[in-house]
Amino acid sequence: MVDVAVGRGSVKDLRRASAATRLRYALKRKSTVAFLMTLPLILLIAVLVIYPAFYAIHLATLNKSMTRFVGFGNFRFLFKRDTFWMVVEQSCIFAITAVIFKALIGFIVAHFAHNIPSGKQRKWRGMLLVPWVIPPAMSTLAWLWLFDPSYSAFNYTLGLFGIAPVSWLGEVGWARFSVILVNVWYGAPFFMIMYLASLKSVPDQLYEAAAIDGANWWQRIWYVTLPMMRNIIAITTLFSLIVTFANFDIVRILTSGGPLDQTHLFATWAFKIGIEGSDIPLGASISLFMAPILAIAAYFILRDVTKRGNEA
Amino acid sequence: MSSFAIDKAGPGRKVKFGSMSRDRVWALRWSYFFLTLFAIIALLPPIYMLITSLKSSAEISAATNPWWVFHPTLSNYHELLTSNQFLRFFGNSAAISIAVVAITMAISIPAAFALSRMKFWGSATLATGVFLTYLIPDSLLFIPLFKMFALFGDWTGIQLINRWYVLIFIYPTLTVPFCTWIMIGYFASIPKELDEAAIIDGASWFQTLTRIFIPVALPGLIAATIFAFTVSWAQFLYPLVFTTSTDQLVLPVGIITTLIKGDVFNWGQIMTGALLGAAPPLVIYAFLMDYYIAGLTAGATKG
Repeated sequence: MVDVAVGRGSVKDLRRASAATRLRYALKRKSTVAFLMTLPLILLIAVLVIYPAFYAIHLATLNKSMTRFVGFGNFRFLFKRDTFWMVVEQSCIFAITAVIFKALIGFIVAHFAHNIPSGKQRKWRGMLLVPWVIPPAMSTLAWLWLFDPSYSAFNYTLGLFGIAPVSWLGEVGWARFSVILVNVWYGAPFFMIMYLASLKSVPDQLYEAAAIDGANWWQRIWYVTLPMMRNIIAITTLFSLIVTFANFDIVRILTSGGPLDQTHLFATWAFKIGIEGSDIPLGASISLFMAPILAIAAYFILRDVTKRGNEA
Repeated sequence: MSSFAIDKAGPGRKVKFGSMSRDRVWALRWSYFFLTLFAIIALLPPIYMLITSLKSSAEISAATNPWWVFHPTLSNYHELLTSNQFLRFFGNSAAISIAVVAITMAISIPAAFALSRMKFWGSATLATGVFLTYLIPDSLLFIPLFKMFALFGDWTGIQLINRWYVLIFIYPTLTVPFCTWIMIGYFASIPKELDEAAIIDGASWFQTLTRIFIPVALPGLIAATIFAFTVSWAQFLYPLVFTTSTDQLVLPVGIITTLIKGDVFNWGQIMTGALLGAAPPLVIYAFLMDYYIAGLTAGATKG
């Protein structure tokens, strides 16, 4: 791709240089300019993303006062603690359940939104995306107030039906349910928007052909919609899995990991140990456990990205 | 089978056609029904914020019907909007978000231009790398970043921890990769003939960028700006880690740490603060919804 490789000084060069050197000169010039244009980006990523990522690995091998190298000492310590395994379990339950429900609800809502006349879709889409637009810290505060044990709107409403008040954030099972509920509420609109955009790109002829072949609605979804949306479903799910796995705001505000550390995720526990407990190396070790899921997702996304790059 | 019959009989078979449209009508009604249901769930927390923000503390603690305001009052708004502390949070958030938007654009527009048009050694790898960086979550980096800035303060004597402006350096790690990525997508969709024509007319690379690419890719630029602003405005973890003094806090952290005093929750004010904190992104969204959604979907579908 060396088609438009000439800059401003090219007319002058044209006279004095042979074709080969002229091309080389221009190329060199262009790549220098391009490199300079990307330099701030490269510096930013190198200094504030790549370096801290490796620095986290270094920190994880130090003792609490960061004076001595302890190798895998922090990890060995973590593996012996019950809280750690609880956090692993809760992170997996939280991320997988939340992503499944977000994807399912997003898929269903996208279909309903796709069904109605396109003139009215804009209004509905606008309302349904509101949870994604509000900063999660702010909307989680509203949920915290909705869940409030004594004055809460939920328990009041349940009371109207004669149901005893629920300790939404005080009991382990309910607390886990609540954090997942808020996460699904926050994340499902994102899936809805992605699926809606992808539904619109499925050609109508495919559905017409399926209808002529006598396919019912379920077969149309299974044999037409899903295969056409496979790519977008895969990429949104992977993306959401990372974000949900690394979630901080919702759990921090809603339960701060309680009751009895039962709703901690890697991020909130790392914050509690590393920043609040000022054991930075241990906190860094905990947050590093988010890296494997990241690597797996990155592998699949990378495969997808390069595949698309070749098609284009 | 029935559809097959229509196909054969053509337009003469009115009865079948009628039943099909009746199915459609019912499908439409069900769609509206469920959409209404989901919209109520989606809007429940913000509406509840609004309801609570209009109540006085006395009404909240009287535990009357939480879904209705019996004595609406604007005292919560009045109190917050005249409190210097709250205005300080708002100012910090606004200053940071605007600075981050400016930095993000200054970094990602030239980078996206170079990566999409000026192929150079390693440019493809770099473009993929940018996307991967976007996937690294803030909760993985906050501890090493905190330590780095603390050490930086020890070495140079420039104290950055517990200063609101430190966030201006940190937030671009969240915004630049994604904005660069979507700008690459928008720039790549501009026909090559356009910049070739510009170069033939004697435009420099810089002129090609400012006269051709930026005007043509303006929708993408707006989408990226909205993204950068909302991310900076909503960010909660970094300010919680990096700032502690009340005059250095940004809005989300400020509301949570100052309005919740011990076990006393002044819910009327908290909800007012939360609503005011959610207002800027909501207003932007209300006016620029199409750009917002375009940016959201461009991240995954382009490239």
